[in-house]
Formats: sequence, C-alpha cells, structure tokens
Amino acid sequence: MYKYDAIDRQLINERVAQFRDQVRRWKAGELTDDEFRPLRLQNGLYIQRHAPMFRIAVPYGMMNAAQIRTLAHVARKYDRGYGHFTTRHNLQLNWPKIEDVPEILAELAEVEMHAIQTSGNCLRNITTDQFAGVASDEIIDPRPLAEIMRQWTTFHPEFAFLPRKFKIAISGTQEDRAVTWFHDIGLHLKQEDGQVGFTVIVGGGLGRTPIRGEVIRDFLPWQDILSYCEAILRVYNRYGRRDNAYKARIKILVQALGIEAFREQVEAEWAHGKGGPMTITQAEYDRVATHFTAPAYESVGAVELPADKAFQRWLERNTHAHKVAGYRAVTLSLKQHGIAPGDITSAQMEAVADLADQYSFGELRISHEQNIILADVKESDLHAIWQKAVAAKLATPNIGLLTGIICCPGGDFCDLANAKSIPIANAIQQRFDDLDYLFDIGEIDLNISGCMNACGHHHVGHIGVLGVDKNNDEFYQVTLGGRQGNDAKLGKVIGPSFSAQEMPDVVEKIIKVYLENRHADERFLDTFDRIGIDPFKNRVYEGRAHGKAKTAQKEAA
Amino acid sequence: MPQLIKHNAVSGDSWLTLALNEGETADSVALPAGDVIFPLAVWQARKTEIISCHKRIGLLLQPDNRVEDVAGDLDYFIVIAVNFPKFVDGRGYSTASLLRQRYHYQGELRAVGDVLHDQLFFMKRVGFDSFALKDGKNAEYAIDLAFTVFGDAYQGATTQPQPAFRRRA
Repeated sequence: MYKYDAIDRQLINERVAQFRDQVRRWKAGELTDDEFRPLRLQNGLYIQRHAPMFRIAVPYGMMNAAQIRTLAHVARKYDRGYGHFTTRHNLQLNWPKIEDVPEILAELAEVEMHAIQTSGNCLRNITTDQFAGVASDEIIDPRPLAEIMRQWTTFHPEFAFLPRKFKIAISGTQEDRAVTWFHDIGLHLKQEDGQVGFTVIVGGGLGRTPIRGEVIRDFLPWQDILSYCEAILRVYNRYGRRDNAYKARIKILVQALGIEAFREQVEAEWAHGKGGPMTITQAEYDRVATHFTAPAYESVGAVELPADKAFQRWLERNTHAHKVAGYRAVTLSLKQHGIAPGDITSAQMEAVADLADQYSFGELRISHEQNIILADVKESDLHAIWQKAVAAKLATPNIGLLTGIICCPGGDFCDLANAKSIPIANAIQQRFDDLDYLFDIGEIDLNISGCMNACGHHHVGHIGVLGVDKNNDEFYQVTLGGRQGNDAKLGKVIGPSFSAQEMPDVVEKIIKVYLENRHADERFLDTFDRIGIDPFKNRVYEGRAHGKAKTAQKEAA
Repeated sequence: MPQLIKHNAVSGDSWLTLALNEGETADSVALPAGDVIFPLAVWQARKTEIISCHKRIGLLLQPDNRVEDVAGDLDYFIVIAVNFPKFVDGRGYSTASLLRQRYHYQGELRAVGDVLHDQLFFMKRVGFDSFALKDGKNAEYAIDLAFTVFGDAYQGATTQPQPAFRRRA
C-alpha cells in the first residue's frame, strides 16, 4: 500500500491547519455561510437532515488495518459508533459536530487519511476495482496510476471550482468492475503492441440525466494520462454550463457538442500539454509501484475444506478467484439483513482490522458495492476467517444475490433524498430472508437510490429502485435490465411508481416471472434479455387499477 | 473598495476600470483619461483610439471572454484583470493559466471581483500576481497566511511548472 513521503505528509498536515483556520473564521463571522460552504464541502462536510454528514476518502478503496482502526475510533469518539461505506470509496459519518472536524482530520492525518475533495464541485476521489492486484482477469494493476492521479487531483489550482463534481474511475481488468462507463472520465488500462495505456471514456454519469460515456480516445499511453485529463478538464472548466446545476456535468457538454467536436477541442488543447512536464516519468511510476508489489505469498498446496453447508454457501458467494494458487479474496458482507446496506459499527471495523492483520497482510479494500474485501487469504484460513466473520456479523452469504443490495443513505439521513431507501432495502431483505430461496434465485443486482442523484446506482441495477416524490408522498419507480460491467447499460422503467408498502410484493412478482421463465443456467439478466420487459410489466401491474379506475378508487377512499 | 494586494503588501491602485452604463455601448462610451482597464468589447471596438491616447493600457476579461481572441494584443497591456463574478466560478483560473503558460503574458495579472482569502493560494499558482481582495476582508491576515497555506504542490502550474514528481528525491 502507498506510504506517504515528506511532501504527502506536509500537504495533509497543512490541510488540517487550513481547515482548522477556516472553521475558526466561520465561527467568528469572518466567513459567511455562503463563503464557507464550498470550503467545507471540499473537506467532505455536508449539512444534512439531522447533522453534518462527513465523508472520509478511501482513495481507490485501499486501506490498512491501522487506518480502519482509526476510522473505528473516530466513529466512536466523534459520532455514534458506526459509519457508512458509500458507492465511491468513502466512509460517511452521519452525526459529527462541525467543530470537531478539524480534530477528526488531525487524527486521520496521523494514519495518512483525509477528506480532501470528497464533495463539492471539484475532482473527487478516484475509484477502481476492489480486486486490483489480485484479480485473475487483471491486465495491469491500476493502483500505481490511481495513486499518481490521486496526487494530481489533490489541490489542483486550475480545477478547484469546476462547473460541477468530477469523478474518475480506473479499471485494469478484462471485466470492468469500476462502473467506468458511468463516470465523468472512465479509464480502461490495456496493452497494445507491448505498450501500456488507457482507453479513455468521457461524459458518462448516472444521476438525473443518466448517460453512458463515449470513447474519446481508444489508446492513450499511460505517461500521457495527466496531461490528457488536464486537456479534458480545461475544456470542461471553460465551456461546461454554469447557469444550471442540473446541466453542469461534463456529460451535458459532451452531448451538446457531440463526441467528435468535443474530441477535437480536447485534442487541440492537448497538443499544447502533450509531452510537457505533466508527462509521467518512469521513475515516478516505479517509485509509486514499489508500494503495490505483491505480498510474500506462501506456496501452499490444495486444502480440503469442510463440507458444512453454511460455510460452503459463504465460500460460493463471498470468496473470489485469486491469481495466486492457494489464495482467495474474501468479501466481508456489509449487507446483513435488517441493517442499512454499507453500514458498519466501530466494533466491526476493529474486527475487520484484526482479520486483515491475521489473514491478509494487514490490508483491505472497500468495493463500490459497499462491502469490505480481504484480498489475500490463504485457502487453509478460510474456515477460520469465516467463523470469525460470522461472529462479527460480517458473513451474510449474499454477495451478488438479491439481498446484497446497493443502497444510498436515503431520506433517513440525506437532505437531497425524495424518499427513504434503507427501509425499502430492509423490507426486501426481510421478504427474501430464506437462504435456500436466495441461492435458488441466484445472481441479481438490486440497487436503490432515494432520489435521482443516483448515489445507490439504481440505473445499473438489474432491478433498480428510485425514490420519487409525488405530492409529498414517497413513491418508488422500478427499472429492469440495467447492468454494470463491459456491457454496462441503463435499466428500463417498468411503469408507474409504487408505494413503499407495495415494494416487497413488486420485487417478489418480478422474481416469480424470472423463476417461471428461466431456462437452466440462466441468470435473471439472461432471462430478462431473452423475454423482455413485458412479462414483468404485465405481472407487476396485473389487477392494478390505473387511469380512471384509479381516480375512482382514490375518490372512494 | 477592494484592497489591492501586490508583492505581499496592500498597495495603492492607480487604475480605473471602465464600466458601461445603461445605454452606453463599446462604440459610444467616452474613453476616460489616465490608467484605465478596458472591458474586452471596448478594446476590440476602439483599439486604435485607445492606443493613440493611452500609454498605459489595462484589459478586463470576464469568465466567458476567450483568451484566444486577444492573444495577439497582449503586449499592449500593463495589467490584465480577470473577473470572478462569484468565487465558485472557476473559469478565471483557466484564463490565467492560458495567459501565462500558453501566451507568455508578462504584465500584471490581477484577480478582481469575488476574491477571497481561501482562493488566493490557487490564484497565485495559476499566475495571478495581484489580488483585489473583496471589501471587508482582512488583507493583513490574507498576506500573512493565504499565499503560503501549502508549502508545496503536486501539479505543475504557472509558478512552478515542474510537478512534485519531477522534483522528488
């Protein structure tokens, strides 16, 4: 894992001092609320429904045991003893005091963590694949370049006040696990004629106007990524819309100009920066890459694992292929039924730290699916780690299954939300609490967002649920057929929205249609692609009053 | 009145910025004498006239003014003021970067408008060397702290074109 050098340490400490002074000036009335807002946002502080929400960065998802212990401590000392992992490699605290945040930042800085640019209209945390470095389908480990890019984004003087937020994701594997098609810039590492580089995708995004990104450059040598991104950002900073926040993301600019014209502008801009000082040097790549070398794997033979059904289920769902024989990557599920998806208590964080120390070289990752991954676990340790994970309630075997829901904090916490999302997730988990049934249903992504900002990635859920507001009542719109990965696409809206009470039934009906129609070995998505949306639509709205009948029903009530 | 910060001190300001009143156009507005900062439209409409009667000429660029449109004229200007109508409008940072890095503008580059303490560090890095700090803000405090809040920077920018990774031991 990357270790700070003198420059990194100096900058992070100076950031703590800067924010301490900003909070002091705000309290003293020297900064107005409007002047303070972007400053606190760029330190991860939102004002939310109940309290400020504070977002701590976990750059490209990597953490060590000391860091998650510090998160546990911070959540306990300054908050209510738990935190929430988001879909973009951050930990959110829901109840800290603004006045405490400088102290929290100082404690985080001790373990090389921060909240820099975790919100606001700036370059955000860079995300990648949770199996980086260990995935069996990896082409190139994205982490050294992700770290180099993290440094480049940090306090970039020209791009601190963009039209809107700006998110970058990098994938280094055959199968994209970083949702790169739906980021402002998505990067696919690849090799061409022996040269390493990126396919550069631009203008994707979920949110209010979901758009799949477009390829702006099929191959860009890795050395040029910073100068090329600067060209994209300069064009965006100058010409992105600033008159309407809903139309300010780069995707709107790319759509307005068309990808060809946008590309021309970027390439014309890049002609000036290409080959300049921002060209990454081999020396820098090597310096950073030494922090991401493989740990000291043992050569281990095949092991016989217990046949215990519960353990086998966990093995099937929560462990993943590793490029080194005798090792697996383990997902610790933060999708325990009845708990807000992505939530984790301080005690659980400490349990994770212990597991990482004992079984996975003291390191861990978080995924955009809001789970924790121990990337380097010996197969012979799997049973022991499972038992401890069960004890810590981190072993729900639902990774990739219906109840492994991606979910935003929603209306319970978030000021932007139109509707609650956590109770919907919990109600669906309760309905599908039978593990035999869950396993029979098989692989399916159910994603829930409490509003069209789409923090719960509902557009790319096989089943997507979006909270909407209708005359001050909370309703839920359902989409089907969305997906992440190389063939990422947006789900289709099934029809009029549903009340919260209807949602478990709606999901159950959708599942029934799948089960009745599936061929052997077909996953939900395969069946959906074969039979289309209509059978689902017909079942879900069967017998449901609509149009005049609905109005009459309402009036009668 | 904004307080002009230059060379780490509060400085006097001889420059008057020409503002168009209602009904006035770039073609019709009377050109005042003295050190005047002209809006881009006035400069473009009255260039010959301005050159003939002013030795010291300033230019005002708004966020949506394109540097490219005035790139050939930069030698005429003693000062270029870049306006930040709202401090969250970051276009002026690109304007400054282009003026300094691409077009090698050497004169005074002044940030005007909603210029606040916490943006000064970024402004300096992209190439501003004078700062019309918003009225009512503490200029002494800004001079003491705002420009040195960070002792280094990762990226290349105008004041240090070499990124940290080219300077790392």
